[in-house]
Amino acid sequence: MNAIALVKHVPDTAQLSSALDGLKLMAEGPRIINPWDEYAVEECLKLREAHGGQVTVLSLGPAQATEALKQGLAMGADQAVLVSDPAFEGGDTLGTARALAAAITKLGTWDIVIAGRSALDGDTAQTAIQVAALLGVPQLTYVAHIREINFEAQTISVERMLEGGREVLTSRLPCVVSVVKEINEPRYPSFMGIRKAAKASIPAWTAADLNLDPATVGAAASGVSWAEVSLPPAREGACQIITGDTPEAMAAALVDKLMAEKII
Amino acid sequence: MDFELSEEHQMIRRMVRDFVEREIAPRADKIDESDEFPWDIFHRMAELGLLGMPFPEEYGGSGGDYLGLVIALEEVARASGSVAITFDAHTSLCCEPLYLFGTQEQKRKYLIPLARGEKIGAFGLTEPQAGSDAGATATRAIRDGDKWVLNGQKIFITNGSIADLVLVTAKTDPEKGTRGISAFIVEKGTPGFHQGRDEKKMGLKGSVTSELFFEDCRIPAENLLGDQNEGFKQFLVTLDAGRVAIAAMATGLAQGAFEKAVAYARERVQFGQAIARFQAIQWMIAEMATEIEAARLLVYRAAWLKEQGAQFTKEASMAKLFATETSERVCRKAIQIHGGYGYVREYEVERMYRDQRLCAIGEGTNEIQRLVIARHVLGK
Repeated sequence: MNAIALVKHVPDTAQLSSALDGLKLMAEGPRIINPWDEYAVEECLKLREAHGGQVTVLSLGPAQATEALKQGLAMGADQAVLVSDPAFEGGDTLGTARALAAAITKLGTWDIVIAGRSALDGDTAQTAIQVAALLGVPQLTYVAHIREINFEAQTISVERMLEGGREVLTSRLPCVVSVVKEINEPRYPSFMGIRKAAKASIPAWTAADLNLDPATVGAAASGVSWAEVSLPPAREGACQIITGDTPEAMAAALVDKLMAEKII
Repeated sequence: MDFELSEEHQMIRRMVRDFVEREIAPRADKIDESDEFPWDIFHRMAELGLLGMPFPEEYGGSGGDYLGLVIALEEVARASGSVAITFDAHTSLCCEPLYLFGTQEQKRKYLIPLARGEKIGAFGLTEPQAGSDAGATATRAIRDGDKWVLNGQKIFITNGSIADLVLVTAKTDPEKGTRGISAFIVEKGTPGFHQGRDEKKMGLKGSVTSELFFEDCRIPAENLLGDQNEGFKQFLVTLDAGRVAIAAMATGLAQGAFEKAVAYARERVQFGQAIARFQAIQWMIAEMATEIEAARLLVYRAAWLKEQGAQFTKEASMAKLFATETSERVCRKAIQIHGGYGYVREYEVERMYRDQRLCAIGEGTNEIQRLVIARHVLGK
């Protein structure tokens, strides 16, 4: 079994503040592994525990993105690969997907690629889908549970989390899966994993290593660019405290007000 | 010179912080309120390998170092002083001397389950008449055939009543003063060993502080820790490391209170603006930030010296003295910034203020630390 987890190194949006807003956070703020990608790594590790094999974590980004890969190694992944080249900078999701798909192909045989449902920064949820399309394999998105996976028969059955319900799908392997946080509880890195990750030297593959024409990736090929990123406007609102002699009276007063505002 | 933590230490900090944020911080108030020892948290820390952090894997540890332990203690204390002191007493005061002075057989038998967190340990030094003056130890151990017979009393022992194993000091050669003290390993359930009542404390509620009694308690001769009459030297070494650990705990508590104060100062509006815009508040925040930074550097340097195998007695005392007095000043200011809200339990800085108070007393009072530092500066 060869599983590949796609991870992204993203700005830590919990650090958003008046001093570190929008583009500034994107450019200078502290970064973390995309939280949804931790679920992807965890699911790959669980597959390895159940079926044996190897887990690879793969990321596209500047040298600093090795931090996200090291988090994956510390959790227990067997190897990590960074896809990094100035030519990839400023790319949209399609450019990123082209480079990732080329890297997945270069890794050799594989059974499953798992990614988080979306990234905390761009929040497009497109990259994994585009990777699947470029590789010519099925895509199973918003997966909350892998019901069954058979690496001999090369089949998989999953539950997708949709608004208002779950959908069960079966597919052939290899395929690309994106996961939601309901799928598992990511483990903490172990001390042995941390030591291994701290010592690991992670290969960085360039556009040339992947035989990619620089004109097809990065800003050069990008159909979309971010003109501006800003904080949502501060909410205007007034707080009203409901008073009353008894909890029942207070609840009744609250209901009256909610009904008057046509909220209920 | 390099002030950057290694990648490994940075990853340890992230991992511990993540665990603490998810599993300890949301419950810190409840632990304080109920004053009940959080066994499930202790067991989770064992699973994650935190309790045996600085010891080699062959002894059930995680193969890390003392700086890593100090960082972990700091992160745990940032959310809960109670969990931190339990961790400190178990790992730094019980496991560490077993690792440093225990025989191969003692380490195999006792350190492995402790480092794995399958058992919980304590360190019994203080007595009603022997606090700072450890030479006044009155607990007596007399050799009788292949046994040692212990008689005496210990007080203020962290993890005391719940410990599976306690290291205790006793006089083996009363005429020799401090050179006649030895340390012993006493297991729970040994006849004559009574784990007494728990103290009701000002802070660190949810951690256990107990009395221990020894009445003709007969323990096997091989439970002497290391060599006979070496007990005083052993605990001086243990306390050097312990002082760095409690200094780390104080730094973590200060950091926790500081973060709460900064967040509150940004949100609290008075006279039409966030109070963080007033210079009176800014000065407090600047002082807090600076002192915490200085405390952390002293703590890390002392841990680093220990790791290098260098002398660090003076540096450990300096770190302990400064960090534990910093935590008092920082927590005081954190309450002051919160105003009336700081005095009520909901805002947590009140708990941190109570919790940090012990740090200036335990592992040698700050008066003893000043004495140690002065002796190093002036000579004896």
